[in-house]
Amino acid sequence: MAYEKKRAEIYAAKNKLPSFEGVFANSPQLANPVTKLRRKLKPSLEDVIKDSGLKNGGTISFHHAFREGDKVVMHVVKTLSDMGFKNLTIAPSSLLNCHDGLLEYIRSGVITKIFTSGLRGELGDAISHGAMDTPVQIHSHGGRVHLIQTGEISIDVAFLGVASADEFGNANGSHGELNCGSLGYAMVDAAYARYVVVLTQNIVDFPNYPASLSQDQVDAVVKVDEVGDPSLISVGAARLTKNPRDLLLARIAASVIENSGYFKTGFSLQTGSGGAATATTIFLGEKMIEKNIKASFALGGITGPIVDLFNKGMIEVIADVQSFDIDAAQSLRNNLAHTEISANEYANPSSKGAYVDRIDTVLLSALEVDTSFNVNVLTGSDGVLRGASGGHCDVAAAANLTVIVTPLLRARIPCIVDNVNTVITPGRTVDVVVTDHGIAVNPNNPDLAKRLHDANLPVMTIEALRDRAVKLAGKPEPIAYTDKVIAVVRYRDGNVIDIVRQVA
Amino acid sequence: MMKIKQKGIAGTLESSDVLVVVSPHNEDKIKLILQSKVEKQYGDSIKKTVISTLSKCGVVSALVDVRDQGALDCVIKARVETAVYRAADEKKVKFGELS
Amino acid sequence: MRLRRSMMFIPGANAGMLSNSYIYKPDSVMFDLEDSVSLTEKDSARFLVFNTLKENLYEGIETVVRINSVETPFWEDDLDMAVRGGVEIVRLPKTEIVDDVREIEQRIEKIEKDCGRPAGDTKIMAAIESACGVVNAVAIAKSTPRMVAIALAGFDYLVDMQTSRSSGSEPELFYARAAVLHAARAAKIDAFDVAYGNVNDEEGFLREVEIAKNLGYNGKSLIHPRQIELLHKAYAPTQKDVDYAQKVIQAAQEAEEKGLGVISLDGKMIDPPVVYEAQRVLLLAENS
Repeated sequence: MAYEKKRAEIYAAKNKLPSFEGVFANSPQLANPVTKLRRKLKPSLEDVIKDSGLKNGGTISFHHAFREGDKVVMHVVKTLSDMGFKNLTIAPSSLLNCHDGLLEYIRSGVITKIFTSGLRGELGDAISHGAMDTPVQIHSHGGRVHLIQTGEISIDVAFLGVASADEFGNANGSHGELNCGSLGYAMVDAAYARYVVVLTQNIVDFPNYPASLSQDQVDAVVKVDEVGDPSLISVGAARLTKNPRDLLLARIAASVIENSGYFKTGFSLQTGSGGAATATTIFLGEKMIEKNIKASFALGGITGPIVDLFNKGMIEVIADVQSFDIDAAQSLRNNLAHTEISANEYANPSSKGAYVDRIDTVLLSALEVDTSFNVNVLTGSDGVLRGASGGHCDVAAAANLTVIVTPLLRARIPCIVDNVNTVITPGRTVDVVVTDHGIAVNPNNPDLAKRLHDANLPVMTIEALRDRAVKLAGKPEPIAYTDKVIAVVRYRDGNVIDIVRQVA
Repeated sequence: MMKIKQKGIAGTLESSDVLVVVSPHNEDKIKLILQSKVEKQYGDSIKKTVISTLSKCGVVSALVDVRDQGALDCVIKARVETAVYRAADEKKVKFGELS
Repeated sequence: MRLRRSMMFIPGANAGMLSNSYIYKPDSVMFDLEDSVSLTEKDSARFLVFNTLKENLYEGIETVVRINSVETPFWEDDLDMAVRGGVEIVRLPKTEIVDDVREIEQRIEKIEKDCGRPAGDTKIMAAIESACGVVNAVAIAKSTPRMVAIALAGFDYLVDMQTSRSSGSEPELFYARAAVLHAARAAKIDAFDVAYGNVNDEEGFLREVEIAKNLGYNGKSLIHPRQIELLHKAYAPTQKDVDYAQKVIQAAQEAEEKGLGVISLDGKMIDPPVVYEAQRVLLLAENS
């Protein structure tokens, strides 16, 4: 070397700083031209797992942007099982019916603890009947981020399926051949997991953009046959329902919003998915066009009808944490003002700024609502896990107007009850409940009650709704539970708000 | 008194309906088998409704198979009555005595 | 005064629809035992409708039962069930001659007596479904004090006339519509226009509603809940109509308070029919 390296070494030793040891001492990946560019690309999932340092008892995570079409979770878990892993904690952002197959791995001891927003299908049923020894931790979408940030969910390896990725890990859900749209949940895992894996059917040239997940977060990239089934991704989403009852609910809900006092230019809304919700969006859109009221932004959980209003110029910006259907995924790709946000930006109560804080009106569903306006979206009337916490309690807590939409009866089962089986969203955050038999306004919001009453809407007390349900259907027998706790419901700030016990 | 002569079927498996099959029974009592999608919440209530409807129809001996899809009481009553009259091969209904 | 804008058809053998349809709040609901019920399910439908009536699920909504015609072996049992079940109106399909009404009426009288229902309590409405019915409409409408409404049923009528629906202004229904309406007005009862079969064609439905409304029809037979709200909206009076109606009612009240025999508004004399119409407009406005 031409310079006097001694002086640097002496200084470093004296001041307890590390001394220069060569260009590649701390970046060995640059020493070899192959590893410099290709090091993240692994030939197989097994190789990735070996490289990740995952051990028995570790925590793995996934996102659910591919919804019912997701293939990543089952593929990864099966591989882990084949490799002999045991006692893993899984922390997917949510679980759907396509994840019923996890039951096998729970029974064989591969998975012993679960963090999730939702539990459904055979898996939910089995856990409700005692299939797991360790209670499942149920969190909201915002709450998941909080738990990750506090370290309670400490992710060793995140397995994130994406639409397209380059060999360096720049990945997105919107510019590939099989698009799921927003990677809002995955963005959080990518930021906090110790080892981040990107799985894709489609490896594209470097640099891939937009990079929802960035090369500076990703450890490994692996090509797989299938990340998701395109025909199943938008299951249960966006067309205008023909169901007359959903249409009736939607008309009333749209009228409630119209007369709430929040329906003016610059307002913001969130409507979610499902027959009544998408119909409400459409009817509200008609009123928006009629009165020339433009929304400053729509949040969610984005569906085709929201995109349609956006395209008509009635919504300025779409903030998308999850694209529920192909229209939403395409719009995210094509429109600058349709922007992807992370779950942290969406709903985390301890984030520096959450979109839910800025919401005027939100439309939510319910499995049950009680006379204190508490909402259950997790367990059915038979006490079995069949839903998800989702963004429900997050938006309800922050929105100016929270509207719950539910039929009064679902095949004889009353949906307005004395006490819900499980509290997901506390009644204090709920403003109004819309049913096909009438509307109930939370007594803590007398202004709203007056407005809706003056607008000639069918307002009645929530007790009257409960009574009507009982008159029509008869009083149901309460559910019998054992003492074993099988799920713990964590409010968005991580605090325990309710527990779910095993059904007898 | 209604005598059950043959198998009488009424109703469907559609949501909010109930399928009722009434057949002759070799014993002098009612044997009721119930399958319901709202078993836990309304099982007992449904059984009560079926038994009391049979009683009002004057049926003392029958095999009754009920497959419920969340039907309201008035539908359960109607389907049981229809099945009973078909099973008894009785065409003349005394509506005045049914409620 | 009773609003009869919407009469919603519900197939009597469909348990789900019977159990749930009151949420749509039509003015009247018609439980059908006739064309929408198959021959093997006539008994089922009777039991379902009877129990639905007894359970009073449709409280606040006028109940109607469409029985099978007197040409069939079903009408007597249908009538027995309906009257004993407490239905408000019995709808006669395919009414052609006054004798059809007579036979039904006599039967109803007997059943009312037998089950302790006040005589005359069960009302009747006639459906005109053929050329014969159209030409006899006035006599049918005036045939009994029980008759509260008369309806034109388009499909069967057009078949009888050896034609079918065209789209647009539909001259093929013009005479029948006018005749049935005149019969209703002459008998001082309500008139119902034909059902609109294409549930997905909202615009076509509204065009037809406009025609019937302008002619003076009180309401329309409906086959799908979505049509109820559209119909009620179309029948909603304008603010101008409501303002004028309120003025009329006020003038009538003032005249009564002052003990005047004549009602006057803005220098003009107001006849009783105008007051009646004003009451109707305000009732419509309340229910829109």
